Amino acid sequence: MNAMPPKIAAERPARKRRRLAPVLPFVLVFLVFVLVALLAPVIAPYEPNVQNLLGRLKPPGTVIRGITYALGSDELGRDLLSRLIYGARMSLAAAVLSVMLSGAVGSVLGMAAGYARGWVEVVVMRIVDIFLSVPAVLLAIITVAVLGPGFINVVLVLALTRWPRYARVAYGQTLSVANMPYVRLARFMGAGRLRILFVHILPNIVGPLTVVATLEFGLMVLFEASLSFLGLGVQPPTASWGAMLSVGRNYVSSAWWIATFPGVCLFLLVLSVNLIGDSLRDILDPKSRTRRTR
Amino acid sequence: MAEAVLDVRDLAVEIDGRNVVDGVSLEVGRSEVVALVGESGCGKSMIAFAVMGLLPAVARVDRGQILLGGEDLVQIGEEAMRQVRGDRLAMIFQEPVSSLNPLMKVGEQVAESLVVHRAVTRQEAWGKAVEMLRKVGIPEPERRAGQLPAELSGGMCQRVMIASALISRPRLLIADEPTTALDVTIQAQILNLMKELRGFGDTAILIITHDMGVVADIADRVCVMYGGRIVEAAGVGETFARPSHPYTRLLLGTIPKLTGERKHLLRSIEGTVPDIAEWPSGCRFRTRCPLADEVCAETPPFLPIPGDPGHHSACWHLDKVGEIA
Repeated sequence: MNAMPPKIAAERPARKRRRLAPVLPFVLVFLVFVLVALLAPVIAPYEPNVQNLLGRLKPPGTVIRGITYALGSDELGRDLLSRLIYGARMSLAAAVLSVMLSGAVGSVLGMAAGYARGWVEVVVMRIVDIFLSVPAVLLAIITVAVLGPGFINVVLVLALTRWPRYARVAYGQTLSVANMPYVRLARFMGAGRLRILFVHILPNIVGPLTVVATLEFGLMVLFEASLSFLGLGVQPPTASWGAMLSVGRNYVSSAWWIATFPGVCLFLLVLSVNLIGDSLRDILDPKSRTRRTR
Repeated sequence: MAEAVLDVRDLAVEIDGRNVVDGVSLEVGRSEVVALVGESGCGKSMIAFAVMGLLPAVARVDRGQILLGGEDLVQIGEEAMRQVRGDRLAMIFQEPVSSLNPLMKVGEQVAESLVVHRAVTRQEAWGKAVEMLRKVGIPEPERRAGQLPAELSGGMCQRVMIASALISRPRLLIADEPTTALDVTIQAQILNLMKELRGFGDTAILIITHDMGVVADIADRVCVMYGGRIVEAAGVGETFARPSHPYTRLLLGTIPKLTGERKHLLRSIEGTVPDIAEWPSGCRFRTRCPLADEVCAETPPFLPIPGDPGHHSACWHLDKVGEIA
């Protein structure tokens, strides 16, 4: 849009750049994780599930019969680096899918409650209250225990336990946006309910929902790891950071690397996602801008 | 005025068991501009919402008919009403800037009612929107159509609103205080635009205002409301020349004159508009009216004024109205 008034065109990106600068390293970290996950088969040095009983519990840097264990090997002699790389896939895939699913379900239900009011509001928001009053991890553990473990179930369970967060935000935002004159005008133009919800309201509340989604994303990575740690997530031999942590715990005094590297990866990924979420909030919500300009 | 576009008959709107609009009848003819005038809280906006079928949740139509081209909008039901809104009936508000979706391109908003009501392709709708923007006097409409409302001034936003209201060539445009939020020069421009556009697609205009200047500028006929009722209806010339209800007369008296000597302070009507719970029986204006006496406890009939065709007034003391200074 070269036709924009020059003042706006010049000011806006500059301000955004200034506020993005501190998180830029973390954006890079996050992008590296995403690339690694996408390109896992290409960049992983070895097959993640191939065992080598002669190369068990070797420390980082060990070379045995031409196999280089860059980050060491686990209790079955599998290359830890390759498993970490494939584990990134699991973490990110579980987080992406569960965030999308819970975000979609929660947003639609929250918007419906905020726009229709009446009994829809009562039913949806009381269910939200109930869900939010039960600790999410506990709920997830119970549900997986009933449904059985596995990647798909983990995603479903995470979506099931986390949608109320989005519903609550979407509900509150819809309440305020629905009273805006432009939504009223859309009704006066004869727009139907669906058109008002998805064309007029949704784009105007997508900002806050995105912030929630980013913060939830980090949480989902942790939840997936927690469930796998407890043996309720991705099943062996598939690589998952949580499961690796769980196994590594048994060897933490003799083979520290098994638990340490997945832990570091989790830490870096969640930290970068959360910091990105924070700065997104500052960018999307002008009211909280002052906090950073101290 | 062979056939009225809008014919409201004995309309009453109820909130909490009280009629905030009480037996209002009014007609708007083809390409006619009718002004509905009154103070805040007299029920004029309620009439607009009732016609659009979008009364606030607490209000409902108690009795009466709202005929649009002979069809009673009170009876047709929500889905049929939705088809009428934006297509045959359009409305614009007083907050032009916040009435536009901040994240939607201006062109798309102008095309809204076409997209909602007519089977048009995106390109057709966009082309018509650009054409409509040109018609309402927006310079470089091709470029402006692609911009967001934040990039437009308040006056331009009001032009955009008018364009989006008129693009489907509705039979009736209801303008609720369309110029109140604008500064005076822009007000004049918008009024001129509305005058230019009247008759575009034979659209009739019902303009709701408390600004007598706007009335004088644009209206063909005036309906003066007080306390949920129409107290006087007349052509715009008669209203200003021979107001025949005490309220109208006092209302016109409050307008400061530019000519002549300034002898006294700005005039006002004694008292304040009573709260709806305290509306008196009979003539609602009798608590503030200098002519009021015991007869006024009966509701005065809304009668034609002899020798003045089309001029109606609801006052027991028509003969004495002229005495009010």
